[in-house]
Amino acid sequence: MNLIGTGFATLLHKEILRFWRVSFQTVAAPVLTAMLYLLIFSHVLDEHMRVYETVPYTAFLVPGLVMMSVLQNAFANSSSSLIQSKVTGSIIFVLLPPISYRSFYFAFMLAAVARGLVVGLGVLLTTIWFAPLRCDNLLWILCFALLGGAILGSLGVIGGIWADKFDQLAGFQNFIILPLTFLSGVFYSIHSLPPFWQQLSHFNPIFYMIDGFRYGFFGVSDVSPWQSLAIVTACFVLLSLLTLEMLKRGYKLRT
Amino acid sequence: MFPSISVRQITKRFGAVQALAGVDLEVAQGEFFGLLGPNGAGKTTLISALAGLVRADSGNIEIMGHDVVADYRGARRQLGVVPQELVFDPFFSVREMLKFQSGYFGIRNNDAWIDEILENLDLTAKAGANMRALSGGMKRRVLVAQALVHRPPVIVLDEPTAGVDVELRQALWQFIRRLNRDGHTVVLTTHYLEEAENLCSRIAMLKEGRIVALDSTANLLNRFSSHALRFRLASGSSLPQTLAGRASKESGQNGNAWTLAFDRYEEIEPVLAELRAAGCVLDEFEIGKPDLEEVFVRVMRKEQA
Repeated sequence: MNLIGTGFATLLHKEILRFWRVSFQTVAAPVLTAMLYLLIFSHVLDEHMRVYETVPYTAFLVPGLVMMSVLQNAFANSSSSLIQSKVTGSIIFVLLPPISYRSFYFAFMLAAVARGLVVGLGVLLTTIWFAPLRCDNLLWILCFALLGGAILGSLGVIGGIWADKFDQLAGFQNFIILPLTFLSGVFYSIHSLPPFWQQLSHFNPIFYMIDGFRYGFFGVSDVSPWQSLAIVTACFVLLSLLTLEMLKRGYKLRT
Repeated sequence: MFPSISVRQITKRFGAVQALAGVDLEVAQGEFFGLLGPNGAGKTTLISALAGLVRADSGNIEIMGHDVVADYRGARRQLGVVPQELVFDPFFSVREMLKFQSGYFGIRNNDAWIDEILENLDLTAKAGANMRALSGGMKRRVLVAQALVHRPPVIVLDEPTAGVDVELRQALWQFIRRLNRDGHTVVLTTHYLEEAENLCSRIAMLKEGRIVALDSTANLLNRFSSHALRFRLASGSSLPQTLAGRASKESGQNGNAWTLAFDRYEEIEPVLAELRAAGCVLDEFEIGKPDLEEVFVRVMRKEQA
């Protein structure tokens, strides 16, 4: 009997089933939101903007929207599951069994990645019809989607554990995650920004996730994909270690 | 044979509140043990420390020989806890919850035992129902089922019958008694002292984070409670002077109802003889047995003094 494996697998299964049971809210709604972004922005800007020489604006926008959906939904999944179970008290069901803190972390994080990827795929499949999209390198696409989902899933675990009420989590999401996502180059290339904002964007880790992800489609990016990969991997390792340490200490979970 | 629960010098402070102030306790294997105390006495904190939900400031706890910190996986595998609050996951059905709980404890293919628990807790018809659709009593049963799903040798029930109807209460105790007969250790906290008196062979009473009484239920009853002779005199009768020192007036009974404590039944007849000799007529007459409520009140008052 592999206790750690079974506890982890069960928790992961439960977390995936949790968002799938309410997929209208957790999958369909964000796909519709991303489509509306595409329709509005492409209608207004497609004629006036060309980001890279060979890439129309609508095509440029699609990978950005896909990645933004992956990131936002990965964060939403782990954070909402944790805060909800903390507020209702049902968190006790996963705190009483002999589930290790590592299993706890990886189950919540991977379920967040799963939701991010499902929503991202949904956005891709519904927006791909609006622009000629090519795939330059699938490996880069998958790599940044997985790492980005894992980073935001980990941030969701941190946010869900830290917040004592929904209001605090909404603050975390609206004042940190959302601005970082919107100012990461989803809708524009940072080369179109004034030098100060261009420099500032380099301190935003989400910029590297979007830029690296987009490189996988077009083979062009604002910075080298290897630099993006290094920064994104470092962020993932640091956040994983931080989350694992929080869980090991039982921060706000075991008083 | 090591004890099923061993608590040594546990302390826990929440800010200014000393929730546990050096608790020492051992519960033998197979015991039905009661943990009583007023609200805020530290019962739930102690249970949470057993379950690893609260980390003690000092001292150590072992469940079936497994330290709850150093060997938390071993300890948690031995323990099933029914929490006080009615908590549930609104996304899943009863059976799904029990399957998940089995998986968390590393158990696959647990359907036969899940079916047995559902049957015993009268939940079979609700197995496919979503948790949100259940009444409070049904949700309480599911909490009990979840605590038992991994067949823990030690079962902790934190006020399991709060707000539960009589029928379920009886069914629940029948099932828990059976588990106890089969060798499971049961630790019960309850505010229904009659339940504790009927079920528990040994009882600890907590107050302000300390154990203020710990003994077998029979010894506690003998030490802190006695039989009581209660009688009401008919109007026109008055208590003889010879009994005035021993009997106490019951409040709210128009001043003519009296209680007289005694240890042995032979003491009753002389009292009745004195009442007859004084020409007293009795309207009501009752012999009360020692009860845990009296013990509880006396122990808590004694500690207050």
